[in-house]
Amino acid sequence: MVGKNCFAIASDRRLGVQLQTIATDFQRVFKIHDKLYIGLSGLATDAQTLWVFRILDSFWYQRLVFRHKLYQLREERDMKPETFASLVSALLYEKRFGPYFCQPVIAGLGDNDEPFICTMDCIGAKELAKDFVVSGTASESLYGACESMYKPNMEPEELFETISQALQASVDRDCLSGWGGYVLIV
Amino acid sequence: MTGSMDLPAKGGFSFDLCRRNNMLQKNGLKLPGFRKTGTTIVGLVFQDGVVLGADTRATEGPIVADKNCEKIHFMAPNIYCCGAGTAADTEAVTDMVSSQLQLHRYATGRESRVVTALTLLKSHLFRYQGHVSAALVLGGVDCTGPHLHTVYPHGSTDTLPFATMGSGSLAAMSVFESKYKEGLTREEGIQLVSDAICAGIFNDLGSGSNVDVCVITKGKTEYLRNHQLPNPRTYASSKGYSFTKGQTEVLSTKITPLKQKVEVTEGGDAMEE
Repeated sequence: MVGKNCFAIASDRRLGVQLQTIATDFQRVFKIHDKLYIGLSGLATDAQTLWVFRILDSFWYQRLVFRHKLYQLREERDMKPETFASLVSALLYEKRFGPYFCQPVIAGLGDNDEPFICTMDCIGAKELAKDFVVSGTASESLYGACESMYKPNMEPEELFETISQALQASVDRDCLSGWGGYVLIV
Repeated sequence: MTGSMDLPAKGGFSFDLCRRNNMLQKNGLKLPGFRKTGTTIVGLVFQDGVVLGADTRATEGPIVADKNCEKIHFMAPNIYCCGAGTAADTEAVTDMVSSQLQLHRYATGRESRVVTALTLLKSHLFRYQGHVSAALVLGGVDCTGPHLHTVYPHGSTDTLPFATMGSGSLAAMSVFESKYKEGLTREEGIQLVSDAICAGIFNDLGSGSNVDVCVITKGKTEYLRNHQLPNPRTYASSKGYSFTKGQTEVLSTKITPLKQKVEVTEGGDAMEE
């Protein structure tokens, strides 16, 4: 969610296989650099899963960190969020006919601390937004909650309250998400 | 699972996860749905050039994923392309052909022709036998005049004076068939395209939100983003939700100040020989 010269990215903490919970403190939002974070949600549908692959696809972020480090060495600066979003989109589209099972949410601060957010489907179709982006099993509820609770130009404290309430409200209505949330505000 | 950290691939698609995905699907895993554009896209030729139009809704199954996405993609300063079908495919194909056209412009030193873009698109799509699901309306004005083409996902193309594609194409085509005539003026062309897109927006469930229009004439292109907004959000409550600070229960807080980046610029001393 975008605020005034800041952004917030939040995820729930449950890791499960169908209806069984494996972990209640699973971290899904990963840091690329100080002002750029990526959240990776697993499958939107939860049929019978081989959870090993699902989690390994969530750890796909390590490949992204690797690419960012190469970029830092060559360019001697951090990647802009728009550039990073194009990188992730290209990496996902490369696997168009055998995709990774994850839907990323990217949030970062660009030039002049201008917040940038975007989400993608599992083959890299970018969706830029000026207010909020959502992904995951509770995405339909999240669309509704964020649509009603979002206000433009929120300060960080208010943004934190709004995003937490939206996340908790939606996650309460979804069996496959829960156990609280991690919220990162930059 | 060995994630080998190999250097960036040379380009094109990589199929190394297909075997794993097939095995997962046999074990009952459902592939996540892709974002489609479920669109209405139209184009028509008027007396001075080409007008392209598109709606702005992106769907993911029955949910609207993006209420204001851009479906008119840049190919060359004088050529634009509207895309319907799987969103990732239309974006990737139009970006790729746009880069190839730019390289071609650098090599030849001339303005790109619409048929060049058309041939690049159709040969790429045919090579993938329709699996790259991109249905496009390509329009532009070059030295040979205004051109409008439609490209289907399997690689076939049509050259037409007016064209529609996408889930709302029937609604839009009915407007075109009744009102189109040769030699339209610019205002009439824009009005007709907006009417056709609105027909798609109001009668097709996969299209919605706003109307984007792009007018291409010899030497000038105008991209009228959100030319019409027939679906404003009027139901939003003016008070909104306000949460008091401390309403959310916080288990732990960690505040990390970001490091200040210090730039070191050396004084410009000339190098000694």
